[in-house]
Amino acid sequence: MRIDKRGVLTGTWNLSGNQACAEGALAAGCRFLSAYPIPPSIEVVERFTQRAKEVGAVFVQMEDEISVLAAVLGASWTGKKSMTVTSGPGFSNMMEHLGLGVMLETPCVIVDIQRAGPAIGIPTRVGQGDMMQARWGSHGDYEIIALSPSSPQEMFDFTIKAFNLSERYRVPVAVMSDAYVAHLKEKVVIPPAGKIKIKPRRYYKGRKDKYLPFKRDKDFVPRMVDIGAGYRFHVTGLTHDERGYPIMFEECQEHNVHPLVKKIRHYVDKIVEFQEVETDDAEVVIISYGATSRFALKAMEQARKSGMKVGSLKLITVWPFPDKRVAELAKKAKAFVVLEINYGQIVFEVERCSYGNANVAFVSHGEKGIDNIEDLLSTIEQVMKEKKVRKGIIEYRT
Amino acid sequence: MAEIIFVGFGGQGIIKSGIITGRGASIFDNKSATMTQSFGPEARGGACSTQLVISDSKVLYPYVETADVLVAMSQAGYDKYEHELSEQGVLLIDEDLVKPKPPRDEIKIFSISATRFAEELGNKIIANVVMLGFFTAVTKLVSKEGMKKAVADSVPSRFVELNLKAFDRGFQHKKL
Repeated sequence: MRIDKRGVLTGTWNLSGNQACAEGALAAGCRFLSAYPIPPSIEVVERFTQRAKEVGAVFVQMEDEISVLAAVLGASWTGKKSMTVTSGPGFSNMMEHLGLGVMLETPCVIVDIQRAGPAIGIPTRVGQGDMMQARWGSHGDYEIIALSPSSPQEMFDFTIKAFNLSERYRVPVAVMSDAYVAHLKEKVVIPPAGKIKIKPRRYYKGRKDKYLPFKRDKDFVPRMVDIGAGYRFHVTGLTHDERGYPIMFEECQEHNVHPLVKKIRHYVDKIVEFQEVETDDAEVVIISYGATSRFALKAMEQARKSGMKVGSLKLITVWPFPDKRVAELAKKAKAFVVLEINYGQIVFEVERCSYGNANVAFVSHGEKGIDNIEDLLSTIEQVMKEKKVRKGIIEYRT
Repeated sequence: MAEIIFVGFGGQGIIKSGIITGRGASIFDNKSATMTQSFGPEARGGACSTQLVISDSKVLYPYVETADVLVAMSQAGYDKYEHELSEQGVLLIDEDLVKPKPPRDEIKIFSISATRFAEELGNKIIANVVMLGFFTAVTKLVSKEGMKKAVADSVPSRFVELNLKAFDRGFQHKKL
Protein backbone atom coordinates (compact mmCIF):
# COMPACT_ATOMS: atom_id res chain seq x y z
CA MET A 1 0.00 0.00 0.00
CA ARG A 2 2.20 2.82 -1.25
CA ILE A 3 1.27 6.44 -1.20
CA ASP A 4 -0.98 7.43 -4.04
CA LYS A 5 0.19 10.83 -5.17
CA ARG A 6 -3.15 11.70 -6.70
CA GLY A 7 -4.61 12.06 -3.25
CA VAL A 8 -2.11 14.67 -2.06
CA LEU A 9 -3.15 18.22 -2.85
CA THR A 10 0.29 19.73 -2.23
CA GLY A 11 0.26 23.46 -1.60
CA THR A 12 -0.86 26.17 0.78
CA TRP A 13 -4.61 26.47 1.14
CA ASN A 14 -7.19 28.26 3.16
CA LEU A 15 -9.37 25.39 4.37
CA SER A 16 -11.97 24.70 7.00
CA GLY A 17 -11.24 21.93 9.47
CA ASN A 18 -13.70 19.64 7.72
CA GLN A 19 -12.14 20.22 4.31
CA ALA A 20 -8.68 19.64 5.78
CA CYS A 21 -9.90 16.39 7.31
CA ALA A 22 -11.06 15.10 3.92
CA GLU A 23 -7.73 16.13 2.38
CA GLY A 24 -5.86 14.39 5.21
CA ALA A 25 -7.81 11.21 4.55
CA LEU A 26 -7.10 11.31 0.82
CA ALA A 27 -3.41 12.03 1.46
CA ALA A 28 -3.26 9.08 3.85
CA GLY A 29 -4.54 6.86 1.07
CA CYS A 30 -8.16 6.58 2.20
CA ARG A 31 -10.25 5.56 -0.77
CA PHE A 32 -13.49 4.58 0.93
CA LEU A 33 -15.76 6.89 2.88
CA SER A 34 -19.13 5.91 4.19
CA ALA A 35 -21.37 8.26 6.14
CA TYR A 36 -24.88 9.22 6.99
CA PRO A 37 -24.45 12.96 6.55
CA ILE A 38 -24.99 14.93 9.74
CA PRO A 39 -24.07 18.47 10.71
CA PRO A 40 -21.54 19.74 11.58
CA SER A 41 -19.58 17.08 9.68
CA ILE A 42 -21.11 17.41 6.21
CA GLU A 43 -18.27 19.35 4.59
CA VAL A 44 -15.99 16.33 5.03
CA VAL A 45 -18.35 14.32 2.83
CA GLU A 46 -18.74 17.25 0.44
CA ARG A 47 -15.01 17.69 -0.03
CA PHE A 48 -14.32 13.97 -0.26
CA THR A 49 -16.96 13.44 -2.93
CA GLN A 50 -15.75 16.47 -4.91
CA ARG A 51 -12.31 14.89 -5.07
CA ALA A 52 -13.37 11.24 -5.19
CA LYS A 53 -13.53 10.89 -8.95
CA GLU A 54 -10.05 12.20 -9.71
CA VAL A 55 -8.42 9.97 -7.09
CA GLY A 56 -10.56 6.90 -7.64
CA ALA A 57 -12.23 6.96 -4.26
CA VAL A 58 -15.72 5.80 -3.33
CA PHE A 59 -18.35 7.33 -1.09
CA VAL A 60 -21.35 5.31 0.03
CA GLN A 61 -24.23 6.83 1.94
CA MET A 62 -25.89 4.17 4.07
CA GLU A 63 -29.31 4.14 5.71
CA ASP A 64 -27.94 4.77 9.19
CA GLU A 65 -24.69 4.93 11.11
CA ILE A 66 -24.92 1.29 12.20
CA SER A 67 -24.55 0.12 8.61
CA VAL A 68 -22.11 2.93 7.88
CA LEU A 69 -19.52 1.46 10.20
CA ALA A 70 -20.29 -2.05 8.94
CA ALA A 71 -19.51 -0.81 5.41
CA VAL A 72 -16.29 0.79 6.60
CA LEU A 73 -15.13 -2.40 8.33
CA GLY A 74 -15.95 -4.47 5.25
CA ALA A 75 -14.13 -2.07 2.94
CA SER A 76 -11.08 -2.15 5.18
CA TRP A 77 -10.92 -5.94 4.98
CA THR A 78 -10.89 -5.76 1.21
CA GLY A 79 -7.71 -3.69 1.39
CA LYS A 80 -9.06 -0.15 1.20
CA LYS A 81 -8.16 2.39 3.81
CA SER A 82 -11.57 3.38 5.09
CA MET A 83 -13.11 6.14 7.11
CA THR A 84 -16.40 7.46 8.36
CA VAL A 85 -17.36 10.85 9.69
CA THR A 86 -20.23 11.70 11.98
CA SER A 87 -21.39 13.71 14.97
CA GLY A 88 -22.75 12.77 18.40
CA PRO A 89 -26.06 11.07 17.45
CA GLY A 90 -24.34 9.07 14.72
CA PHE A 91 -21.43 8.26 16.99
CA SER A 92 -23.90 6.70 19.43
CA ASN A 93 -25.28 4.52 16.65
CA MET A 94 -21.77 3.42 15.74
CA MET A 95 -20.96 2.05 19.18
CA GLU A 96 -22.18 -1.44 18.31
CA HIS A 97 -19.87 -1.80 15.35
CA LEU A 98 -17.05 0.06 17.04
CA GLY A 99 -16.89 -2.99 19.29
CA LEU A 100 -16.97 -5.25 16.23
CA GLY A 101 -14.13 -3.25 14.68
CA VAL A 102 -12.11 -3.71 17.85
CA MET A 103 -12.90 -7.44 18.02
CA LEU A 104 -12.06 -8.01 14.35
CA GLU A 105 -8.98 -5.78 14.71
CA THR A 106 -9.93 -3.76 11.69
CA PRO A 107 -7.94 -0.65 10.79
CA CYS A 108 -10.28 2.28 10.14
CA VAL A 109 -10.79 5.88 11.16
CA ILE A 110 -13.89 7.34 12.77
CA VAL A 111 -14.09 11.13 12.74
CA ASP A 112 -16.50 12.58 15.29
CA ILE A 113 -17.23 16.26 14.81
CA GLN A 114 -18.67 16.81 18.25
CA ARG A 115 -21.66 19.04 18.75
CA ALA A 116 -23.70 19.99 21.78
CA GLY A 117 -25.63 17.01 23.18
CA PRO A 118 -27.08 14.74 24.53
CA ALA A 119 -29.63 13.46 22.00
CA ILE A 120 -30.05 15.82 19.06
CA GLY A 121 -28.70 18.74 21.09
CA ILE A 122 -27.76 21.74 18.98
CA PRO A 123 -26.70 20.50 15.53
CA THR A 124 -24.55 23.50 14.64
CA ARG A 125 -23.03 24.37 18.00
CA VAL A 126 -19.83 23.06 19.49
CA GLY A 127 -19.48 20.41 22.19
CA GLN A 128 -16.86 18.02 23.57
CA GLY A 129 -19.28 15.66 25.24
CA ASP A 130 -18.33 12.45 23.44
CA MET A 131 -14.85 12.08 24.91
CA MET A 132 -15.71 9.36 27.43
CA GLN A 133 -18.00 7.68 24.92
CA ALA A 134 -15.03 7.31 22.59
CA ARG A 135 -13.25 5.39 25.32
CA TRP A 136 -16.06 3.40 26.88
CA GLY A 137 -18.98 3.60 24.45
CA SER A 138 -18.99 -0.01 23.29
CA HIS A 139 -19.47 -2.92 25.66
CA GLY A 140 -16.78 -5.36 26.71
CA ASP A 141 -13.09 -4.80 27.27
CA TYR A 142 -11.00 -2.87 24.87
CA GLU A 143 -8.50 -0.08 24.42
CA ILE A 144 -8.89 2.60 21.82
CA ILE A 145 -6.86 5.44 20.34
CA ALA A 146 -8.41 8.90 20.05
CA LEU A 147 -6.80 12.09 18.78
CA SER A 148 -8.02 15.64 19.25
CA PRO A 149 -7.11 18.32 16.68
CA SER A 150 -7.28 22.04 17.46
CA SER A 151 -6.91 23.65 14.03
CA PRO A 152 -7.55 22.89 10.35
CA GLN A 153 -3.84 22.08 9.98
CA GLU A 154 -4.12 19.54 12.76
CA MET A 155 -7.30 18.14 11.20
CA PHE A 156 -5.14 17.34 8.19
CA ASP A 157 -2.16 16.06 10.14
CA PHE A 158 -4.08 14.07 12.74
CA THR A 159 -6.31 12.37 10.18
CA ILE A 160 -3.15 11.00 8.57
CA LYS A 161 -1.79 10.12 12.00
CA ALA A 162 -5.06 8.32 12.78
CA PHE A 163 -4.73 6.15 9.68
CA ASN A 164 -1.12 5.35 10.54
CA LEU A 165 -1.98 4.36 14.10
CA SER A 166 -4.94 2.27 12.99
CA GLU A 167 -2.76 0.32 10.54
CA ARG A 168 0.03 -0.13 13.07
CA TYR A 169 -2.16 -1.34 15.95
CA ARG A 170 -5.08 -2.69 13.95
CA VAL A 171 -7.68 -0.81 15.91
CA PRO A 172 -10.32 1.74 14.92
CA VAL A 173 -8.91 5.20 15.68
CA ALA A 174 -11.20 8.10 16.57
CA VAL A 175 -10.49 11.67 15.55
CA MET A 176 -12.43 13.59 18.19
CA SER A 177 -12.88 16.97 16.62
CA ASP A 178 -15.63 19.50 17.26
CA ALA A 179 -17.92 21.90 15.40
CA TYR A 180 -15.65 24.77 16.27
CA VAL A 181 -12.47 23.41 14.68
CA ALA A 182 -14.46 21.82 11.86
CA HIS A 183 -15.86 25.16 10.71
CA LEU A 184 -12.84 27.30 11.43
CA LYS A 185 -11.03 28.39 8.29
CA GLU A 186 -7.28 28.81 8.42
CA LYS A 187 -4.13 28.28 6.45
CA VAL A 188 -3.31 24.61 5.81
CA VAL A 189 0.03 23.56 4.36
CA ILE A 190 -0.07 20.23 2.53
CA PRO A 191 3.45 18.91 1.94
CA PRO A 192 4.58 17.02 -1.16
CA ALA A 193 3.51 13.37 -1.22
CA GLY A 194 7.07 12.20 -0.53
CA LYS A 195 7.21 14.15 2.74
CA ILE A 196 4.09 12.57 4.22
CA LYS A 197 4.77 9.52 6.37
CA ILE A 198 2.37 6.71 5.64
CA LYS A 199 2.35 3.52 7.67
CA PRO A 200 1.66 0.69 5.26
CA ARG A 201 -0.71 -2.12 6.14
CA ARG A 202 1.00 -5.06 7.80
CA TYR A 203 0.31 -7.84 5.37
CA TYR A 204 0.88 -11.56 5.83
CA LYS A 205 3.53 -12.73 3.41
CA GLY A 206 3.75 -16.48 4.05
CA ARG A 207 2.21 -19.47 2.30
CA LYS A 208 -1.46 -19.18 1.50
CA ASP A 209 -2.42 -22.51 3.10
CA LYS A 210 -0.63 -21.58 6.36
CA TYR A 211 -2.45 -18.31 6.92
CA LEU A 212 -4.20 -17.83 10.25
CA PRO A 213 -6.08 -14.53 10.38
CA PHE A 214 -5.65 -13.99 14.12
CA LYS A 215 -2.20 -15.42 14.74
CA ARG A 216 -0.35 -12.66 16.52
CA ASP A 217 3.10 -11.21 16.06
CA LYS A 218 5.25 -10.59 19.12
CA ASP A 219 3.63 -7.17 19.47
CA PHE A 220 0.20 -8.85 19.78
CA VAL A 221 -0.94 -7.56 16.37
CA PRO A 222 -1.99 -10.16 13.76
CA ARG A 223 -1.18 -9.77 10.08
CA MET A 224 -3.81 -8.99 7.48
CA VAL A 225 -4.65 -10.19 4.00
CA ASP A 226 -7.12 -8.72 1.55
CA ILE A 227 -10.37 -10.64 1.39
CA GLY A 228 -10.75 -12.18 -2.04
CA ALA A 229 -7.02 -12.58 -2.56
CA GLY A 230 -7.26 -16.37 -2.23
CA TYR A 231 -6.68 -16.91 1.50
CA ARG A 232 -8.88 -19.07 3.70
CA PHE A 233 -10.60 -16.60 5.85
CA HIS A 234 -13.11 -16.25 8.68
CA VAL A 235 -14.09 -13.37 10.95
CA THR A 236 -16.68 -13.27 13.70
CA GLY A 237 -17.68 -10.98 16.54
CA LEU A 238 -17.78 -14.06 18.78
CA THR A 239 -14.68 -14.78 20.83
CA HIS A 240 -12.48 -16.64 18.41
CA ASP A 241 -9.24 -18.57 17.99
CA GLU A 242 -6.36 -17.94 15.62
CA ARG A 243 -8.36 -19.29 12.69
CA GLY A 244 -11.14 -16.83 13.45
CA TYR A 245 -13.52 -19.63 14.47
CA PRO A 246 -15.76 -19.06 17.49
CA ILE A 247 -14.71 -20.81 20.70
CA MET A 248 -16.72 -19.90 23.74
CA PHE A 249 -14.60 -20.83 26.73
CA GLU A 250 -12.85 -18.63 29.27
CA GLU A 251 -9.42 -19.69 28.00
CA CYS A 252 -10.28 -18.32 24.60
CA GLN A 253 -11.54 -15.04 26.08
CA GLU A 254 -8.09 -14.63 27.64
CA HIS A 255 -6.44 -15.73 24.43
CA ASN A 256 -8.52 -13.46 22.18
CA VAL A 257 -9.49 -10.38 24.17
CA HIS A 258 -6.57 -9.77 26.53
CA PRO A 259 -4.26 -9.00 23.57
CA LEU A 260 -6.75 -6.39 22.33
CA VAL A 261 -5.95 -4.47 25.48
CA LYS A 262 -2.27 -5.40 25.67
CA LYS A 263 -1.43 -4.38 22.13
CA ILE A 264 -2.26 -0.79 23.11
CA ARG A 265 -1.23 -0.73 26.78
CA HIS A 266 2.23 -2.14 26.10
CA TYR A 267 2.91 0.63 23.61
CA VAL A 268 1.29 3.53 25.46
CA ASP A 269 4.56 5.46 25.62
CA LYS A 270 4.89 5.24 21.86
CA ILE A 271 1.30 6.21 21.17
CA VAL A 272 0.77 9.03 23.66
CA GLU A 273 1.49 12.50 22.37
CA PHE A 274 1.02 15.92 23.90
CA GLN A 275 2.35 19.45 23.60
CA GLU A 276 3.69 21.38 26.54
CA VAL A 277 4.24 25.11 26.66
CA GLU A 278 6.09 26.75 29.56
CA THR A 279 5.37 23.97 32.02
CA ASP A 280 8.91 24.01 33.47
CA ASP A 281 8.28 26.72 36.04
CA ALA A 282 4.48 26.60 35.96
CA GLU A 283 2.53 26.73 39.20
CA VAL A 284 -0.70 26.17 37.32
CA VAL A 285 -0.95 23.97 34.24
CA ILE A 286 -3.98 24.36 32.00
CA ILE A 287 -4.95 21.02 30.47
CA SER A 288 -6.97 21.17 27.29
CA TYR A 289 -7.56 19.42 23.99
CA GLY A 290 -9.12 20.31 20.65
CA ALA A 291 -10.80 23.71 20.41
CA THR A 292 -10.16 24.62 24.03
CA SER A 293 -6.40 24.44 23.65
CA ARG A 294 -6.48 27.68 21.69
CA PHE A 295 -8.26 29.43 24.56
CA ALA A 296 -5.82 27.85 26.99
CA LEU A 297 -2.83 29.36 25.17
CA LYS A 298 -4.50 32.75 25.02
CA ALA A 299 -5.27 32.68 28.74
CA MET A 300 -1.74 31.49 29.46
CA GLU A 301 -0.32 34.41 27.53
CA GLN A 302 -2.45 36.90 29.48
CA ALA A 303 -1.72 35.26 32.82
CA ARG A 304 2.04 35.31 32.15
CA LYS A 305 1.81 39.02 31.34
CA SER A 306 0.33 39.70 34.75
CA GLY A 307 3.09 37.68 36.41
CA MET A 308 1.32 34.38 37.05
CA LYS A 309 3.36 31.26 36.30
CA VAL A 310 1.00 29.37 34.04
CA GLY A 311 1.79 26.61 31.56
CA SER A 312 -0.21 24.56 29.13
CA LEU A 313 -0.50 20.85 28.46
CA LYS A 314 -2.40 20.14 25.29
CA LEU A 315 -3.45 16.58 24.68
CA ILE A 316 -2.92 15.24 21.18
CA THR A 317 -3.91 11.70 22.06
CA VAL A 318 -6.73 11.90 24.57
CA TRP A 319 -6.88 8.09 24.56
CA PRO A 320 -4.63 6.57 25.72
CA PHE A 321 -4.47 9.30 28.35
CA PRO A 322 -0.98 10.59 29.27
CA ASP A 323 -1.18 9.21 32.83
CA LYS A 324 2.54 9.34 33.48
CA ARG A 325 3.10 12.90 32.38
CA VAL A 326 0.12 14.26 34.29
CA ALA A 327 1.35 12.46 37.41
CA GLU A 328 4.83 13.99 36.99
CA LEU A 329 3.39 17.47 36.50
CA ALA A 330 1.16 17.03 39.55
CA LYS A 331 4.29 16.73 41.68
CA LYS A 332 5.80 19.92 40.23
CA ALA A 333 2.80 22.20 39.84
CA LYS A 334 0.36 23.45 42.47
CA ALA A 335 -2.71 22.93 40.38
CA PHE A 336 -4.29 21.89 37.13
CA VAL A 337 -7.04 23.85 35.47
CA VAL A 338 -8.97 21.69 33.03
CA LEU A 339 -10.93 23.37 30.28
CA GLU A 340 -13.61 21.43 28.40
CA ILE A 341 -16.75 22.18 26.40
CA ASN A 342 -18.81 19.81 28.52
CA TYR A 343 -19.71 19.43 32.17
CA GLY A 344 -16.71 17.34 33.15
CA GLN A 345 -15.18 14.31 31.40
CA ILE A 346 -11.41 14.39 30.92
CA VAL A 347 -11.11 16.35 34.17
CA PHE A 348 -11.80 13.06 35.99
CA GLU A 349 -8.77 11.50 34.29
CA VAL A 350 -6.66 14.46 35.39
CA GLU A 351 -7.89 14.09 38.96
CA ARG A 352 -7.12 10.36 38.88
CA CYS A 353 -3.61 10.91 37.57
CA SER A 354 -2.71 13.72 39.95
CA TYR A 355 -2.93 11.25 42.88
CA GLY A 356 -3.77 14.00 45.36
CA ASN A 357 -0.56 15.92 44.64
CA ALA A 358 -2.17 18.93 42.97
CA ASN A 359 -5.48 20.72 43.02
CA VAL A 360 -7.72 20.08 40.04
CA ALA A 361 -10.02 22.93 39.02
CA PHE A 362 -12.55 22.64 36.24
CA VAL A 363 -13.89 25.26 33.83
CA SER A 364 -16.92 23.99 32.00
CA HIS A 365 -19.11 25.24 29.23
CA GLY A 366 -20.78 28.17 30.99
CA GLU A 367 -23.58 30.48 29.98
CA LYS A 368 -21.17 32.63 28.07
CA GLY A 369 -19.89 29.65 26.10
CA ILE A 370 -16.28 28.64 25.86
CA ASP A 371 -14.83 31.74 24.28
CA ASN A 372 -14.69 33.30 27.66
CA ILE A 373 -11.16 33.89 28.86
CA GLU A 374 -12.23 35.79 32.02
CA ASP A 375 -13.70 32.70 33.67
CA LEU A 376 -10.56 30.78 32.92
CA LEU A 377 -8.32 33.52 34.29
CA SER A 378 -10.37 33.95 37.45
CA THR A 379 -10.23 30.19 38.05
CA ILE A 380 -6.46 30.29 37.65
CA GLU A 381 -6.24 33.15 40.15
CA GLN A 382 -8.47 31.41 42.68
CA VAL A 383 -6.79 28.03 42.48
CA MET A 384 -3.41 29.71 43.03
CA LYS A 385 -4.69 31.00 46.35
CA GLU A 386 -5.60 27.52 47.64
CA LYS A 387 -3.43 26.75 50.65
CA LYS A 388 -3.56 22.95 50.41
CA VAL A 389 -4.66 20.23 48.06
CA ARG A 390 -8.43 19.83 48.21
CA LYS A 391 -10.22 16.56 47.63
CA GLY A 392 -12.12 16.09 44.40
CA ILE A 393 -12.62 18.51 41.59
CA ILE A 394 -12.92 22.21 42.35
CA GLU A 395 -15.49 24.28 40.47
CA TYR A 396 -15.55 27.95 41.41
CA ARG A 397 -18.33 28.68 39.00
CA THR A 398 -21.22 26.36 39.70
CA MET B 1 -3.70 42.31 14.71
CA ALA B 2 -7.02 43.25 13.16
CA GLU B 3 -10.44 41.90 14.02
CA ILE B 4 -13.11 42.12 11.35
CA ILE B 5 -16.82 41.30 11.25
CA PHE B 6 -18.87 40.95 8.06
CA VAL B 7 -22.66 40.88 8.57
CA GLY B 8 -25.66 40.63 6.31
CA PHE B 9 -28.36 38.27 5.12
CA GLY B 10 -27.81 34.73 3.95
CA GLY B 11 -27.38 34.83 0.16
CA GLN B 12 -25.47 38.11 0.06
CA GLY B 13 -22.14 36.33 0.01
CA ILE B 14 -21.15 37.31 3.53
CA ILE B 15 -19.38 34.04 4.32
CA LYS B 16 -17.77 34.17 0.89
CA SER B 17 -16.43 37.64 1.72
CA GLY B 18 -14.82 36.16 4.80
CA ILE B 19 -13.35 33.30 2.79
CA ILE B 20 -11.91 35.68 0.19
CA THR B 21 -10.46 38.05 2.77
CA GLY B 22 -9.00 35.17 4.74
CA ARG B 23 -7.50 33.67 1.61
CA GLY B 24 -6.07 37.02 0.53
CA ALA B 25 -4.46 37.55 3.92
CA SER B 26 -3.21 34.05 4.64
CA ILE B 27 -2.30 32.70 1.21
CA PHE B 28 -1.31 35.73 -0.83
CA ASP B 29 -0.15 38.17 1.88
CA ASN B 30 1.34 35.34 3.94
CA LYS B 31 -0.15 36.53 7.20
CA SER B 32 -2.00 34.47 9.76
CA ALA B 33 -5.79 34.56 9.52
CA THR B 34 -8.69 32.72 11.08
CA MET B 35 -12.31 32.80 10.09
CA THR B 36 -15.31 31.68 12.08
CA GLN B 37 -18.89 31.91 10.91
CA SER B 38 -22.44 31.94 12.15
CA PHE B 39 -25.54 31.35 10.10
CA GLY B 40 -28.98 29.85 10.38
CA PRO B 41 -30.37 26.81 8.58
CA GLU B 42 -31.97 28.91 5.81
CA ALA B 43 -30.29 29.05 2.39
CA ARG B 44 -31.28 32.70 2.01
CA GLY B 45 -32.55 35.45 4.23
CA GLY B 46 -31.41 34.51 7.72
CA ALA B 47 -28.94 36.61 9.68
CA CYS B 48 -25.44 35.71 8.77
CA SER B 49 -22.03 36.80 9.97
CA THR B 50 -18.39 35.91 9.70
CA GLN B 51 -15.55 36.93 11.94
CA LEU B 52 -11.93 37.22 10.90
CA VAL B 53 -8.76 37.76 12.83
CA ILE B 54 -5.73 38.76 10.77
CA SER B 55 -2.31 38.97 12.35
CA ASP B 56 1.40 38.91 11.53
CA SER B 57 1.90 36.25 14.20
CA LYS B 58 -0.08 33.07 14.84
CA VAL B 59 -3.71 33.69 15.83
CA LEU B 60 -4.52 31.81 19.02
CA TYR B 61 -7.96 33.11 19.73
CA PRO B 62 -10.11 33.23 16.63
CA TYR B 63 -13.18 35.02 18.03
CA VAL B 64 -13.53 38.77 17.74
CA GLU B 65 -13.32 40.51 21.11
CA THR B 66 -13.68 44.10 19.89
CA ALA B 67 -13.95 44.62 16.18
CA ASP B 68 -11.64 47.03 14.38
CA VAL B 69 -13.77 46.84 11.27
CA LEU B 70 -17.47 46.13 10.85
CA VAL B 71 -18.79 45.61 7.35
CA ALA B 72 -22.61 45.75 7.40
CA MET B 73 -24.75 44.76 4.44
CA SER B 74 -28.04 44.56 6.35
CA GLN B 75 -29.80 46.71 8.95
CA ALA B 76 -30.44 43.73 11.22
CA GLY B 77 -26.78 42.77 11.12
CA TYR B 78 -25.72 46.34 11.83
CA ASP B 79 -28.09 46.61 14.79
CA LYS B 80 -26.83 43.33 16.24
CA TYR B 81 -23.10 43.93 15.88
CA GLU B 82 -22.66 47.72 16.07
CA HIS B 83 -21.81 47.61 19.78
CA GLU B 84 -18.90 45.23 19.12
CA LEU B 85 -17.08 47.89 17.14
CA SER B 86 -14.19 49.50 19.01
CA GLU B 87 -14.08 53.22 19.83
CA GLN B 88 -11.69 53.92 16.99
CA GLY B 89 -13.39 51.40 14.74
CA VAL B 90 -14.13 51.60 11.06
CA LEU B 91 -17.67 51.01 9.87
CA LEU B 92 -18.39 50.13 6.25
CA ILE B 93 -22.00 50.05 5.11
CA ASP B 94 -24.07 49.53 2.03
CA GLU B 95 -25.77 52.91 2.28
CA ASP B 96 -28.97 51.77 0.58
CA LEU B 97 -29.44 48.91 3.02
CA VAL B 98 -28.15 50.27 6.30
CA LYS B 99 -29.15 53.49 8.05
CA PRO B 100 -26.56 53.98 10.78
CA LYS B 101 -27.21 55.56 14.15
CA PRO B 102 -25.40 58.82 14.94
CA PRO B 103 -21.76 57.81 15.24
CA ARG B 104 -20.38 57.21 18.73
CA ASP B 105 -16.81 57.81 19.92
CA GLU B 106 -14.31 58.13 17.11
CA ILE B 107 -15.89 55.64 14.78
CA LYS B 108 -15.34 56.43 11.11
CA ILE B 109 -18.13 55.60 8.69
CA PHE B 110 -17.52 54.79 5.04
CA SER B 111 -20.51 54.17 2.82
CA ILE B 112 -21.00 52.76 -0.65
CA SER B 113 -24.01 51.69 -2.71
CA ALA B 114 -22.50 48.28 -3.22
CA THR B 115 -25.70 46.53 -4.27
CA ARG B 116 -26.70 49.32 -6.66
CA PHE B 117 -23.24 49.34 -8.27
CA ALA B 118 -23.44 45.58 -8.63
CA GLU B 119 -26.80 45.91 -10.35
CA GLU B 120 -25.28 48.47 -12.71
CA LEU B 121 -22.52 45.99 -13.50
CA GLY B 122 -25.20 43.47 -14.40
CA ASN B 123 -25.72 41.22 -11.36
CA LYS B 124 -26.45 42.11 -7.77
CA ILE B 125 -24.90 38.83 -6.64
CA ILE B 126 -21.48 40.52 -6.84
CA ALA B 127 -22.42 43.25 -4.34
CA ASN B 128 -20.20 41.55 -1.79
CA VAL B 129 -17.20 41.81 -4.13
CA VAL B 130 -17.89 45.52 -4.72
CA MET B 131 -17.87 45.84 -0.94
CA LEU B 132 -14.61 43.88 -0.72
CA GLY B 133 -12.97 46.29 -3.15
CA PHE B 134 -14.14 49.18 -1.02
CA PHE B 135 -13.05 47.36 2.14
CA THR B 136 -9.57 46.81 0.69
CA ALA B 137 -9.19 50.46 -0.28
CA VAL B 138 -10.45 51.81 3.05
CA THR B 139 -8.77 49.47 5.52
CA LYS B 140 -5.59 48.46 3.66
CA LEU B 141 -5.52 45.35 5.89
CA VAL B 142 -4.96 43.08 2.90
CA SER B 143 -3.03 44.10 -0.20
CA LYS B 144 -4.99 44.95 -3.34
CA GLU B 145 -3.08 42.31 -5.32
CA GLY B 146 -3.67 39.67 -2.67
CA MET B 147 -7.38 40.39 -2.58
CA LYS B 148 -7.72 40.36 -6.36
CA LYS B 149 -5.95 37.02 -6.55
CA ALA B 150 -8.20 35.70 -3.80
CA VAL B 151 -11.33 36.93 -5.62
CA ALA B 152 -10.21 35.34 -8.89
CA ASP B 153 -9.43 32.14 -7.01
CA SER B 154 -12.78 31.94 -5.27
CA VAL B 155 -15.32 32.39 -8.06
CA PRO B 156 -16.22 30.19 -11.06
CA SER B 157 -13.85 30.88 -13.97
CA ARG B 158 -16.53 32.34 -16.23
CA PHE B 159 -17.30 35.00 -13.63
CA VAL B 160 -13.72 36.03 -12.83
CA GLU B 161 -13.76 39.07 -15.11
CA LEU B 162 -17.08 40.35 -13.81
CA ASN B 163 -15.97 39.92 -10.23
CA LEU B 164 -12.67 41.72 -10.77
CA LYS B 165 -14.62 44.55 -12.40
CA ALA B 166 -16.84 44.67 -9.34
CA PHE B 167 -13.81 44.67 -7.08
CA ASP B 168 -12.27 47.61 -8.96
CA ARG B 169 -15.57 49.48 -8.88
CA GLY B 170 -15.60 49.23 -5.11
CA PHE B 171 -11.89 49.98 -4.80
CA GLN B 172 -12.13 53.15 -6.88
CA HIS B 173 -15.13 54.39 -4.93
CA LYS B 174 -12.79 55.31 -2.07
CA LYS B 175 -11.02 57.82 -4.26
CA LEU B 176 -14.19 59.52 -5.48
